[in-house]
Amino acid sequence: MKLTKEDVKYVADLARLEFTNEEIDRYVHQLTDILEYEEQLNELDTSNVAPTAHVLPIHNVFREDVVTPSLDREKALMNAPEQDKGCFKVPKVIE
Amino acid sequence: MERISTIHEINDLINKKEITYKEVTNAYIHRIESVEEKVQSLLKFMPEEALKKAEEADESGNTLSPLNGIPYGLKDNICTEGYETTCASKILYNFVPPYSAAVAENLNASGAILLGKTNMDEFAMGSSNENSSVKKTFNPWDISRVPGGSSGGSAASVAAEEVVFSLGSDTGGSIRQPASFCGVVGLKPTYGLVSRYGLIAFASSLDQIGPITKDVTDCAIVLNTIAGHDKRDSTSVSMEKKDYTTFLNREIKGMKIGIAREYFAEGLNSQVESLLKEAIKTYRDMGAEIVETSLPYSKYALSAYYIISSAEASSNLARYDGIRYGYRTEEFDNLLDLYKKTRSEGFGEEVKRRIMLGTYALSSGYYDAYYKKALQVRTLIKEDFDNAFKSCDVLLSPTCPTTAFKIGEKSANPLEMYLSDIYTVPVNIAGIPAISVPCGFDREGLPVGMQLTGRAFGENDILKAAYAFEQATDFHKKRAVI
Repeated sequence: MKLTKEDVKYVADLARLEFTNEEIDRYVHQLTDILEYEEQLNELDTSNVAPTAHVLPIHNVFREDVVTPSLDREKALMNAPEQDKGCFKVPKVIE
Repeated sequence: MERISTIHEINDLINKKEITYKEVTNAYIHRIESVEEKVQSLLKFMPEEALKKAEEADESGNTLSPLNGIPYGLKDNICTEGYETTCASKILYNFVPPYSAAVAENLNASGAILLGKTNMDEFAMGSSNENSSVKKTFNPWDISRVPGGSSGGSAASVAAEEVVFSLGSDTGGSIRQPASFCGVVGLKPTYGLVSRYGLIAFASSLDQIGPITKDVTDCAIVLNTIAGHDKRDSTSVSMEKKDYTTFLNREIKGMKIGIAREYFAEGLNSQVESLLKEAIKTYRDMGAEIVETSLPYSKYALSAYYIISSAEASSNLARYDGIRYGYRTEEFDNLLDLYKKTRSEGFGEEVKRRIMLGTYALSSGYYDAYYKKALQVRTLIKEDFDNAFKSCDVLLSPTCPTTAFKIGEKSANPLEMYLSDIYTVPVNIAGIPAISVPCGFDREGLPVGMQLTGRAFGENDILKAAYAFEQATDFHKKRAVI
């Protein structure tokens, strides 16, 4: 699977990352190498194999629906780069 | 104070009143002051807090918990309330957790004394500690070599006797590989045995916290304290608590030890191989039954691992957006620009490479070909182990194909670095436990590790086998000279 510069730019946009031209060239090369290594998975016929997302036989874990205290507002905000009136402050989203 | 270095030795001296907790902590503080310049294993060093706790331990006179007054280190992806927890990443350089991880709470309640936070590959992605955004850690056995990774600081700090024990995290070998490179004991518990609450996530279906110690007895003691159900981690398993120290005895006659032929094939360093063969002979001499077995799908484990772990990482690391915590870029035009600049400036190269790989594998049109395929192969690898454990109790293998490599030797080629984890990743994929214990030294004096793998929740079997081997040999007694 040979990646193109456009592929790398598209994936970078999905991942909310941006790269210089040199970095894009490097990722084209390195990700292509890794995906070529991944090709060996295609040697296996897995058409009748169920996927395992999780190794434990635990499925839905429920708790009683009772209100308990959660993180204090002050603590939740203590690492915020910017805050205002007890809220996280973000750049304007809607023009 | 020279040479006392395990939890159980310190407890013996405390019980005989030959030493105080303050003397113990002071000795480790002095040790850090004299060797840390060469080893560089710590991101944070807390001598004042530690001494204060040691004095309190002496005053209370409580010797009920074996970890009371024992100085330890925590990998810097394990949250400590009020103390920076950075994952060795620029994006979390100023992050002070508002709560502590479950394991940190457990250790604190046991009386253990946190002496430092240890260096790591950024976000636990790496096998050499060269991916830390802060600094490189050096192998105490040879400072021109890497300590392994990603829990390299945790393993190096124990090997250099800067702390009595440490905790690491293991997603694809990140406890066992550095333990092997640094000549110490490292255990990756069964997925679900130890709470991940407060562990900064890399790949949630693979991550597990475990101890790095000087010997197997200490490993069992620390595991006793950190294992157990925690309702704050919905993947933590509710089961009866075991006292792992009760399984430590030499009687392994009749125990079935499996050797998978795929693990002794091409790519394995010949010196590592011959030390492993010696270890097999040691087991045979002790009366264990050696059983040949096979893990036919193990050669696909690394491919499946890099898709699954990178896919989960790309999703987990989406939270670092410069809004709620961590680094935020200085100049930006709009919200999207803020996200992109913050993430591109805040993450290091390996982390970005894995986010890219994971995002690609999950993207529309490629999901089935890569992610779903990898999950199907995961099923086959898990079944491999299920089949192998029908004929044996534990599997014996090398932990790594080589001993510690030189700094810079593999950093140019990501794929070559990934191959360092070839024997450790299948264990995470199957969610089962494995321990690395020292099994000798190569001609250059570098430690070699043996990996013992068990059934799900079979920590008692691998600890028993590891302990019997340790008692029959003295590799664990040799110390790095720094």
